[in-house]
Amino acid sequence: MHNLLKILGNPDNFPIIILLFTVYGFFIYAMKKAKRNDERGVPYEADESDKVQVWPYLVRVEFIAAVAVMAFVLVWSIAFDAPLEEPANPTLTPNPSKAPWYFLGLQEMLVYFDPWIAGVLLPTLIIIGLMAIPYIDINPKGNGYYTFKERKWAITIFAFGFLVLWVLLIFVGTFFRGPGWNFFWPWEEWDPHKVVAITNVDLTELFGIPTHNPDGTLNPVASVLGGVFVIGYYAVLMPLGWFLLKKKLPDFAEKFGLTRYIITSYLLLTMIALPIKMILRWTLNVKYVWVTPWFNV
Amino acid sequence: MLAQIKKKIKSSEIYKSIFRHGYEDTQRNRALMVVDNVFLHLHPVRVSRHAVNYGYTWGMGGISFLLFIILTITGVILMFYYRPAAEYAYEDMKYLMNDVPFGALIRNMHRWSAHLMVITVMLHMFRVFLTGSYKPPRQFNWVIGVILLLLTFLLSFTGYLLPWDQLAIWAVTVGTNMARATPFLGHQGPFGPELGMRPDNDIRFLLLGGTQVGPPALLRFYVLHCIFLPLVTAIFLAVHFWRVRKDGGISGPVPKKI
Ligand code: HEM
Repeated sequence: MHNLLKILGNPDNFPIIILLFTVYGFFIYAMKKAKRNDERGVPYEADESDKVQVWPYLVRVEFIAAVAVMAFVLVWSIAFDAPLEEPANPTLTPNPSKAPWYFLGLQEMLVYFDPWIAGVLLPTLIIIGLMAIPYIDINPKGNGYYTFKERKWAITIFAFGFLVLWVLLIFVGTFFRGPGWNFFWPWEEWDPHKVVAITNVDLTELFGIPTHNPDGTLNPVASVLGGVFVIGYYAVLMPLGWFLLKKKLPDFAEKFGLTRYIITSYLLLTMIALPIKMILRWTLNVKYVWVTPWFNV
Repeated sequence: MLAQIKKKIKSSEIYKSIFRHGYEDTQRNRALMVVDNVFLHLHPVRVSRHAVNYGYTWGMGGISFLLFIILTITGVILMFYYRPAAEYAYEDMKYLMNDVPFGALIRNMHRWSAHLMVITVMLHMFRVFLTGSYKPPRQFNWVIGVILLLLTFLLSFTGYLLPWDQLAIWAVTVGTNMARATPFLGHQGPFGPELGMRPDNDIRFLLLGGTQVGPPALLRFYVLHCIFLPLVTAIFLAVHFWRVRKDGGISGPVPKKI
């Protein structure tokens, strides 16, 4: 309990509480509006598309919002001091060292992937993927009003990425990670000497193929097999999806086009690879799927 | 008497040259209020009714911009008291927190507004997604938005180092350690060593100006945080707002065809 209070009492964690409430609260609110619109058929926003003058109608709301936000920030700043810890000391590493809260999702991914994936490749793909959204989503419906029915796939995928893989991982990183980045319940005391038996194995070892030879060198068979898993994941699922799409939704596949499909399916499969790896870790203790002399996946 | 003075002031040349019109409640005058004001003319003269509704936009774009302004003002005040050198930085923070009049308040406002801005920008993005506002013709403004999101993160992250306390250097150490693993360009990344990357010549070294988070990193982050990134952000914000208007204002349902 003591520890939970300490985490909650850390003024730098207050934003995370705001984040959780606003993100999930707004999502519920938006879905309620979507439901109302979907049931009615014609979005409520359409009733209000007549024009009003900016002065005073818009300037007025902006003013109220600005005053409210400034009051909020002022009260928050009077009530809580920004943290200032001991002076920087490069020889004294705190345990755990946590990144700023908005990067804790990335830090949490480090548990499952090596830094070149969790810290470089995935963040890059997140940015590129976000930028690609308007060009990938060719569904013309649902532009300018809340709806779920008309954009089921788009909203489900985005909400999963944002609410689960981004925000929820930030939450886990803040409340469930202690010294050595070990898992702790929020009410558990952080024990810096907690030892977690490392029983992780590589995926190929589950098939009885050791990753390393007795003399410590890499076993090429394991390495090649791992490569087959990873490359096969894309090489099988991407064409498979395309053929299914062409069979089930030929009109859509035609409009969507192969280039767009390749980009979309690559981004999607990469996104889903994160929860897949997480589940492999939790259930089978898998460390790496693919081990090579240069990189591990 | 007072009324007379008021009238005199209002009809003086100076007053009239500054405030071109009063608050007359006419359509024409309301339009002029917006068009004649450099700040307000970011807006169109008229907007659709649903765009004024908090329930539609959540006001998160506007609030993000307000926080950006609060951050600029409090940031400038902080710069008066802060020196980005390892031997002074922490002392200056202490001085700000304990001795500068309202120093703690200004620093707290800067810190908390920064956190809040990260949240509001993410919420704004989420709203824009849920209303499908990135669909034609607004595709490219979404792309600019993603750049703004990235800039917001970078601003926040570079600022995190400046207090030069344990929290700062270790959070930034954790963050920048990732750069070591960059493929090809980091000394621990795939094919990095093969390309001759060492701790003292890879991309992380470029970022930090050293092999660890030291005084050169402090100076670099300071310059990025106080000059480069705010400037770039301001430019992208200008483009963002410009495009919101050029794309026909806030998105909304296509008017029903009759
Ligand atoms: C520093 C960050 C940002 C600021 C200050 C900002 C500001 C604004 C403002 C004031 C608006 C007018 C409507 C509203 O308030 O919702 C707007 C609209 C818009 N923003 Fe942003 N924005 C930022 C970041 C982003 C991000 C991260 C995205 C998306 C990835 C984005 C995409 C858009 C789009 C597509 C519109 C048009 C929405 C519509 O017409 O309904 N912006 N932005």
